[in-house]
Amino acid sequence: MILGRVIGSITSTINHPFYDAKKLLVVERIDAAGAPLADYVIAIDTVGAGAGERVLVLDEGNGARQVVGSTDAPVRSVIVGIVDDVTTA
Amino acid sequence: MLLGRVVGTVVPCVVYEGLQGVPMLLVQPMDKEGAPKGVPLVAADSTRMAGPGELVYYEGGREAALALDPWFVPVDHTIIGIVDTWGQVQNAAFSKKS
Repeated sequence: MILGRVIGSITSTINHPFYDAKKLLVVERIDAAGAPLADYVIAIDTVGAGAGERVLVLDEGNGARQVVGSTDAPVRSVIVGIVDDVTTA
Repeated sequence: MLLGRVVGTVVPCVVYEGLQGVPMLLVQPMDKEGAPKGVPLVAADSTRMAGPGELVYYEGGREAALALDPWFVPVDHTIIGIVDTWGQVQNAAFSKKS
């Protein structure tokens, strides 16, 4: 899983049928201290994350399909958690 | 998934079994600010409605083929949707520090 911060959202009317009524958020990757990295990912939100929140993104196909309850959905990235705190040793 | 801009169409004359009639588009990947990043790639279009100039989001890897019907096809990038709006959170009030 990757740490990220929600930096935006996406709306679309023409999309793959599985994505009808799914909430898509743009998540930038961040390091443990919260500094933004160059990468980003567009993920389905399953936990009700909002703008600016630190989130946990699952970026793997089989796990993501399990989360969204489908065996054949074209889904790889889902937001599976909202992060309260990160501590490094 | 990542954001991209459709910059052209690709018309193959011979394709692998299962890919007949699937639209192929040239997509320029974009970074999180919306600027072009890297070199364009060829993506199948699961919406069958995207065209040059449009902003789209596409999936890569194994999941790209799952968006198509039939799904067991040799494809590594597929356009999933056409973006109507995409909002970047600019307001500092919404942006929690660290």
